[in-house]
Amino acid sequence: MNKIDTFILNPRLSKTIQSIPPSGIRRFFDLASSMAGVISLGVGEPDFVTPWKMREASISALERGYTTYTANSGLPELKKEISKYLQREFRLDYNPEKEIVVTVGASEAIDIALRAILDPGDEVIVVEPSYVSYAPVVSLAGGIPVTVATDKTSSFKLTPEAFEEKISRRTKAVIFCYPNNPTGAIMTGKELERVAEIVVKHDLLVISDEIYAELTYDRKHDSFAAIKGMFDRTILISGFSKAFAMTGWRIGFAAGPPDVIQAMIKIHQYTILCAPIMGQMAAIEALKNGMREKDEMVNSYRQRRNYMVKALREIGLSTHEPEGAFYMFPSIESTGLTSEEFAEGLIMKEKVAVVPGNVFGQGGEGHIRCSYATSMEQLQEAVKRIKRYLDSL
Amino acid sequence: MEKGKIKELLRILEENSRLEPQVLSEMLDLPLDEVKFTVEKLEQSGIILKYSSIINWDKVEENDHITAMIDVKVTPKREVGFDDIARRIYRFPEVKSVYLMSGAYDLSVVIEGVTMKEVAQFVSEKLSTLDSVISTTTHFILKKYKHDGVIFDDREDDKRMVVTP
Repeated sequence: MNKIDTFILNPRLSKTIQSIPPSGIRRFFDLASSMAGVISLGVGEPDFVTPWKMREASISALERGYTTYTANSGLPELKKEISKYLQREFRLDYNPEKEIVVTVGASEAIDIALRAILDPGDEVIVVEPSYVSYAPVVSLAGGIPVTVATDKTSSFKLTPEAFEEKISRRTKAVIFCYPNNPTGAIMTGKELERVAEIVVKHDLLVISDEIYAELTYDRKHDSFAAIKGMFDRTILISGFSKAFAMTGWRIGFAAGPPDVIQAMIKIHQYTILCAPIMGQMAAIEALKNGMREKDEMVNSYRQRRNYMVKALREIGLSTHEPEGAFYMFPSIESTGLTSEEFAEGLIMKEKVAVVPGNVFGQGGEGHIRCSYATSMEQLQEAVKRIKRYLDSL
Repeated sequence: MEKGKIKELLRILEENSRLEPQVLSEMLDLPLDEVKFTVEKLEQSGIILKYSSIINWDKVEENDHITAMIDVKVTPKREVGFDDIARRIYRFPEVKSVYLMSGAYDLSVVIEGVTMKEVAQFVSEKLSTLDSVISTTTHFILKKYKHDGVIFDDREDDKRMVVTP
């Protein structure tokens, strides 16, 4: 069904919303949910429960009667802790009062950042493969997503050449995520400097989604905002979901130049009002006392990554080594199947859920996303089943 | 193998001792031979003492498994202090663990017996009759909630959906 048919079918819905396809992940969720005994490598969140001290901090807050709204931009104490954390980890100096906003997950931060900077028709470059929502959220904010593909020849990193090729007079911003979902690729400071040169040359803003910043295995994360000349051009997006296993709490944040952050707060206060206070209390505890638990979780992911890279390569799937996040993006091109055919066959025949690479946009076809945020026992069994599936093809 | 990696290996084995050397070598990103050699050395040097399972006996049908913790006051002996009496106690096969404690009593002895009668017999006939033992206080464990870091009564199962962004 093309766009025009849809408009005719349902005139009371907006053209924008009807032009956005449903998430490709949805179909695989429905398929996998309908079956029993599925081993899921399709999960984009930690397999750990939020560490007890954060849960306890939230329970204690409830017991003491913290059930109210907070300041629109977030609890002052949390913003101070976020500011201290960004200084400690990435040498970034953000004023907690003017340059930080606490949001309902990093997703909301991305949404209001785009709405704060875009006018209708402005173009935003989306680096793909990427988290499924970037391009649709650009459209919802009235912008036009222009995708630029990365692939395994550049280890799924954004090259300045490919980036510059997509820039037009209408380009306002670029959005990317490193460490990356779904590829696990990261970009070093040196590589980011080359991207920064293009950003300056074309006077762009950058939405840098660094939600996986804590999950790197071989080197420390370089924040894009810390690259020379980028502090005033970058809206840094992050949150507590991945590093602290707090997905359900929906606490994220954005840090950036005061004019942009103040504009974002305006949208936030008219729509969301504020992030839930119990989650914000847990987030304060995470930053103050949760680093050891975070380190232990990261260590587990690293061990599982090491195992999975070798195991998948041994059974014949060519796999780029992920340096961050908890995903790997093996190539399935050798099977001759599309990523959807491969993923569908794998779940039907062997009950292993993976996500086909094409749902993550350009450059994703020919790959599948496997999350290794699952127990070692499950990973070992999944590898056995994938091998059996490959042998059957 | 470097010290940090040895600690990592030990932590993995403490969590799950059933992982095969091949998998351990992949998880640690170290050669298989090095992992096998290190595990053997750790076993020989008494750092890895035993591979055991944590069993929730309460879930086993027709099971009368019973655990008691006994506070023991003793008279320490010249030159050997508490070691001598502790050694005599830990050699009894029903004794699971023995700790020297600070505070109100000296030794904490954990014993596991099949029946309450057996525990009573051990305390009255074997432990209390030892020369150095001044007094004993026996506590029975009624329910295990957490043991060796493992939660027994409320497992936190994976509550995630099968496919998420």
